[in-house]
Amino acid sequence: MYSIVNTCVLQGLNGHIIQVETDLSKGLPVFQIVGLPDASIKESKERVRTAIKNSGYIFPVSRITVNLVPAHLRKEGSQLDLAIAVGILQSMGEINDFDYKRTAFIGELSLDGRINPIEGALPMIISMREFNIKKCIVPFANRNEASIVEDIEIIPVKTLKETIDYLNGEKEILPHKSPNPLFSDNIDDFQIDFSDIKGQEGLKRAMEVAAAGGHNILMIGPPGAGKTMAARRLPTILPELSFEEAIEVTKIYSVAGLLQSNELIRQRPFRAPHHTASSTSLIGGGRIPKPGEVSLAHNGVLFLDEIPEFKRDVLEVLRQPMEDGIVTISRAHATLTYPAKFMLVASMNPCPCGYYGDPYHECTCSQSSIDKYLGKLSNPLLDRIDIHIEVLPVDYSELKEDKNLESSNEIRNRVNRARQIQLERYRYDKVYSNSQLSPRHIKKYCKLNKGAERIMQEAFKRYRFSARTYNKILKVGRTIADLDGKETIMEKHILEAVRYRSLDNKYWG
Amino acid sequence: MKGFSNREILIWLSSLNIGNRNIRKVMEQFPQLIDFWELPANCIYNLNNISDEIKEKIIASKNESYINRLFDLISKHNIDVITVFDREYPESLHHIYDRPKVLYIKGRVLKEDYISLAVVGSRRATSYGKWATEKLVKELVDLGVTIVSGVALGIDSIAHRAALEGKGRTIGVLGNGLDIVYPKRNRDLYGEIASNGAIITEYFLGTPPLAHNFPQRNRIISGLSLGVLVIEAKERSGSLITAQHALEQGKEVFALPGNINSIYSRGTNALIKEGAKLVTDIDDIIEEIYELQKNKMEKKKKEIDCSGLSPLEMKVFQLIKEGPIHADSIAYSTGLDISTVYSILTILELKGMIKEMSGRTFTLL
Repeated sequence: MYSIVNTCVLQGLNGHIIQVETDLSKGLPVFQIVGLPDASIKESKERVRTAIKNSGYIFPVSRITVNLVPAHLRKEGSQLDLAIAVGILQSMGEINDFDYKRTAFIGELSLDGRINPIEGALPMIISMREFNIKKCIVPFANRNEASIVEDIEIIPVKTLKETIDYLNGEKEILPHKSPNPLFSDNIDDFQIDFSDIKGQEGLKRAMEVAAAGGHNILMIGPPGAGKTMAARRLPTILPELSFEEAIEVTKIYSVAGLLQSNELIRQRPFRAPHHTASSTSLIGGGRIPKPGEVSLAHNGVLFLDEIPEFKRDVLEVLRQPMEDGIVTISRAHATLTYPAKFMLVASMNPCPCGYYGDPYHECTCSQSSIDKYLGKLSNPLLDRIDIHIEVLPVDYSELKEDKNLESSNEIRNRVNRARQIQLERYRYDKVYSNSQLSPRHIKKYCKLNKGAERIMQEAFKRYRFSARTYNKILKVGRTIADLDGKETIMEKHILEAVRYRSLDNKYWG
Repeated sequence: MKGFSNREILIWLSSLNIGNRNIRKVMEQFPQLIDFWELPANCIYNLNNISDEIKEKIIASKNESYINRLFDLISKHNIDVITVFDREYPESLHHIYDRPKVLYIKGRVLKEDYISLAVVGSRRATSYGKWATEKLVKELVDLGVTIVSGVALGIDSIAHRAALEGKGRTIGVLGNGLDIVYPKRNRDLYGEIASNGAIITEYFLGTPPLAHNFPQRNRIISGLSLGVLVIEAKERSGSLITAQHALEQGKEVFALPGNINSIYSRGTNALIKEGAKLVTDIDDIIEEIYELQKNKMEKKKKEIDCSGLSPLEMKVFQLIKEGPIHADSIAYSTGLDISTVYSILTILELKGMIKEMSGRTFTLL
């Protein structure tokens, strides 16, 4: 007695269809699983046996051979349980025929026959759709996440018995439709707002420009200046996720097992790892590599507070993902690539004690310790940060003053408009924002008018820019012009962009 | 045995690092140092007032080859040596207590360097101190004043740099030998000072920057100058020692007033309380020093050219003229949005009228 049932395993974010072949034959009772299963699948024998028994069926007393096709692919994950159990029951003749070629099963079994939720349901469903699977049986708890994908029937089930009854037509389960897979207007329920920040006009404007162009930003200033406060509020002005971006983000979170609500993620992620983080936790890893913070921050923000406190090697691993927008992790068992297109927001004090240059507090650092502290940030890393801004604590009088402060929504509207312009302009270039422009793109898209050209020349002479700084200013100028809704970069845009130029020669001179 | 001159024997004594005071004691007992040189070892042991340790140091090195090696070293480093016996010895130092007997010099001390002012302050400057130093020093240099300071980090370095930027002359006084760069990051500054003034020390080549050298050095800083301007100092600061020396030498002491909350202004505010002249302007300094008044007559202050500024630019410029101001504060005071303020600031900066200090604070150039 022989049967085939489809299921899926993941490698990174890519799913592979696995056919579970089951054969029952006469002989000594043995239950064998072959086809490169890992430990969690070998253990599934016990779960499957007990779940079948506890669902009211008799576990067959015969030689059971389960083969996972293709046999060369290493497989892991407990989501194969359900497919194995269904395969055995079908071989026993407990299940009537069904369209096994177009149907797949994912789910982990409990000993009492219940079906537990699994990690990575969304990326599995997305891959299965590509392999022409039309119907998928998923754990009830994963139903919302799974139904984000259209044109594949999602059948949520709670127990093994229910699954069998459904296949036999004894119980009807309607395909689950996600309540609202697309965007609604009021998705943002932030408890914080930019209008909470008193004063700091310059910092707020820098944040706006950074958000609009996706530029990396570095804030330098003594403690209490409002760096962290501003960074925490950055998500409230970030442009909306497009549907494609939202799917990408949700896939990553699904694989990492961090999809708490089991729904589509609609907010740009904001990751703020602590400075004790290891390089593995940042870029991802493990025996079978899991996505790290840079991937979890994909399409969102990676906030490194007190960046010089991070270990130097940890910071250096950021360079490659910042450049390529992907991170490739190689381990003995697998080499996986995760997307990692994030906006870096970093904050730091000017010295270890934090008060260097502050007139009201004594700085207790020696010159050599200051040099060492600043030296944690390498030049290649600094090069990749377009906007540098110094922040000083706000005057008490400014804190008290009751001015009409702009809310996050107002800022966000401008940011959204600017981002739309960019998406439209770069639609054939595989570029999503100004920060990603290559020198070739800069030449093509960052057109200056005559006045701006002249200013750039003067500034070049006066500040003795490097060529790299020159490009950074053009990119930031491009974003400022987009915020202003202008296609050509004008004088005032360049004049403002010059103010965000790097502090390399001041602190790292 | 070849006879050495008094001068050579004095340089030999100075190279032993036995302290200026001990050299003085020897010179008092032996006005002709040649007599001391020819003294047998047991007679040196019988000298009063000098510790045995130093006597042993003297005897151990009292031979011809040692002195020859000294002079080889001096000529190898290409430095000038001026002793109290020389005509080139700075006039102003002759009159101070415990004057250094030997000076080692890189660069050149000119006659005009007699019109000089010491500018000293904390090693850790605030942006206010930095701004004030640059402003005052540049104006002083325009009047032809040589700036004397201690080549330390902070205010000292800023004062030297500002003097060099203003194309003026500056003299740095060290607390170590000329071949040692301390602090290390001032290596370039050493060279620049030497070619636009002089680096001076009373310590022989190879003397490390020992802590007790610095208070000693300060008496030379004040001695070389007509007055001492203290920019910023904490309650216990080496700059206050310089001020103390200046008082003892009968020089003027000037101090920059500061915020009473700022720990870096405690020392200077205290100086003012005790009677130092409060400085808000270089005229406060010129008033007290006759030599400077003459120089001022010769130079007219040039006015900044404000023509060609738009009304908004003018408005921002006026604010900055009143004193260093933060970009955000400009936005508040003028009611302009920050991006416009940024544009104007860049225009003014490109025109060379203002410059940015730390933390987006702007000031006149």
